[in-house]
Amino acid sequence: MKDGLRPARTLRDERVTLAHGGGGRAMRDLVESVFTAAFEPPGMEDQARLTSAALAEPGARLAFTTDSFVVTPVEFPGGDIGKLAVCGTVNDLAVGGARPLWLSAAFIIEEGCEVALLRRIAATMRAEADRAGVRIVTGDTKVVQRGAADRVYVTTSGVGVIPPGREMAAGNVRPGDVALVNGVLGDHGAAILAARGDLALSTDLQSDCASLDRLIEATLAAAPGLRCARDATRGGIASALNEIAEASALSIELDETALPLRPEVKGMCEILGLDPLYLANEGTLVAFVPEDQADAALAAMRALPEGAGAVAIGRAQAGEPGRVTMRTAFGGRRIVDMLVGEQLPRIC
Amino acid sequence: MRYVEEFRDPKAARALIARIAEVADAIGATKDEPVRIMEICGGHTHAIFRYGLDKLVHEGIEFIHGPGCPVCVLPMARVDECVEIAERPGVIFTTFGDAMRVPGTKGSLMQAKARGADVRMVYSPLDALELARRNPDREVVFFGLGFETTTPSTALTLLQAAREQIPNFSIFCNHITVPPPLKALLDDPWMMLDGFVGPGHVSMVIGVHAYDFIAADYGKPIVVAGFEPLDLLQSVLMVLEQIRYGRAEVENQYARVVPEHGNPISLKAIDEVYEPRPSFEWRGLGEIDASGLRIRPAFAAWDAEEKFGIGYAAGPRHVAEPEGCACGQVMTGRIKPTACPRFGAGCSPETPLGALMVSSEGACAAYWQYGGARVAAE
Repeated sequence: MKDGLRPARTLRDERVTLAHGGGGRAMRDLVESVFTAAFEPPGMEDQARLTSAALAEPGARLAFTTDSFVVTPVEFPGGDIGKLAVCGTVNDLAVGGARPLWLSAAFIIEEGCEVALLRRIAATMRAEADRAGVRIVTGDTKVVQRGAADRVYVTTSGVGVIPPGREMAAGNVRPGDVALVNGVLGDHGAAILAARGDLALSTDLQSDCASLDRLIEATLAAAPGLRCARDATRGGIASALNEIAEASALSIELDETALPLRPEVKGMCEILGLDPLYLANEGTLVAFVPEDQADAALAAMRALPEGAGAVAIGRAQAGEPGRVTMRTAFGGRRIVDMLVGEQLPRIC
Repeated sequence: MRYVEEFRDPKAARALIARIAEVADAIGATKDEPVRIMEICGGHTHAIFRYGLDKLVHEGIEFIHGPGCPVCVLPMARVDECVEIAERPGVIFTTFGDAMRVPGTKGSLMQAKARGADVRMVYSPLDALELARRNPDREVVFFGLGFETTTPSTALTLLQAAREQIPNFSIFCNHITVPPPLKALLDDPWMMLDGFVGPGHVSMVIGVHAYDFIAADYGKPIVVAGFEPLDLLQSVLMVLEQIRYGRAEVENQYARVVPEHGNPISLKAIDEVYEPRPSFEWRGLGEIDASGLRIRPAFAAWDAEEKFGIGYAAGPRHVAEPEGCACGQVMTGRIKPTACPRFGAGCSPETPLGALMVSSEGACAAYWQYGGARVAAE
């Protein structure tokens, strides 16, 4: 807290009540004691006032993105909703080549939500923001009646700067480019399914939730031809690849034997009739690089913990624009389409 | 994943594919005059497309996709009844996931949920029973759907509810059995089938002798098969070998799982709780004698049909298929999914008209998802 400002009063309530959304003292206590105490935003005005030398550079462009996060359970092996909210928005900026700088964070809180949970979420957000080198500079809270939300929803918006001359876009992918992923697929989706507890499956799976800004900077340094990157969140790697195939008017062929999948994730998919290519990831990206830079890009990724499992999984080809296919272990070939609706477990 | 990977070994697959080609040539199977093998089970249909087996085997082998997908053969009238039950005040309607998207005339259960009905996806009927215990002031209905694979679990759940005398739990029974529709298909002069690949999970419960009539009365080979690609390839080879030597037998490829006489505990539970209905409607196949199960009168207190006065208890009701929808012809193997006038023209997984496009085990959805159709069409 800045000098001269009234220090935050200790919030004694264990649970959030509608009074904490009322705009009065109770709300101020909640905001200051839980959120601004963790985020330490610069100044106490309603808007953040920011300067950055990076913005002043000729040719630099501003990148701006927003994302809302709802997840059940709110805390899961490998992270919580706050970590997701920071990583998700940082990654949305980073995959476009931007250096993330600032985030906003807005919370929709269900009446009755434990204050201790909010403190834990705020702490993981701060820790992840520090790790990614971004600051949470402004925010908002609303409290809704019990039943109108599921404990807490978080919306983060992010601002970053794309350095001059950097142009990453799915439309840049060329025939022959190699598709890389930084690690195993489907861990987040599978960990969340298991953590919901209604499957009676016990696993050690952890969400892969991680910020990828450092990984992208390192990959760019080693492989300046990096065409594009996408984080394979909702809809999984299959949906990210379909978007790239469509934007580049190329086809993409995957090699089934190259896909990095944990045995636990494979097993869970077998039991439930799910396809790991459609499971959500929160720290996995797919990147396309020119073939002659693929080895350098892989080496750069593997030098970082969040890229330790990096491998090539396929390549872009001319013809059949927009189509993603997979060469199966048998030598068969099948189409990998966009996910329709949501994946529903099979009956038998 | 041990015990799975070994049944996906590409080297072993290539050897089987080569053997299949030899036998197919020996019996004179060609692209124009193929051996027509029906894989009965939707799980097999899905596996065939997932691994591209249809394109890997000899061109003289044609897979006819059978009626063994419980979601696909569910008539629209039954979906409507589900929606009606779900929309009653105080009801929690529980279902397996893939029944959520099947369209009825009043939309799907997923759409009913969006309109405000309390529809919940569960992974087991026991989860539904637990919901009933925790919500004594609500009526929890479980949508009992599926073949002999899922019937024992709902039977055992109902017996548990009866033991505990849980009054607010009931099952909307739409269970069906595999052998009767096969008999109906074999009686259809239009169906030219040379052999069958039988559903292994069903035989795990009912054993292999339930199919004796296929070999004895109709002179067709049937091989009860597992669900991995090598299981399927080996089963196809076994069917071909029978044809080659003029045999018609029930063989068990899936002996590692399927006991000859099935599972006596499951069979006892099914028999205790359920009895055959005189007849039951199948989507695309019409009414088939003794092909469905209903809850015995002794357990009427847990029978949603009795509780809500709906379904066959209230007199069977029939709803016409959407116009142009050829699910029935696809399901009986008369046409391929791509020959349906609505395939990709008003019927796709995003907006399914017919049930074959909804379930991942439906032939149309399998064609669409794995591109069999679109590749073939080019």
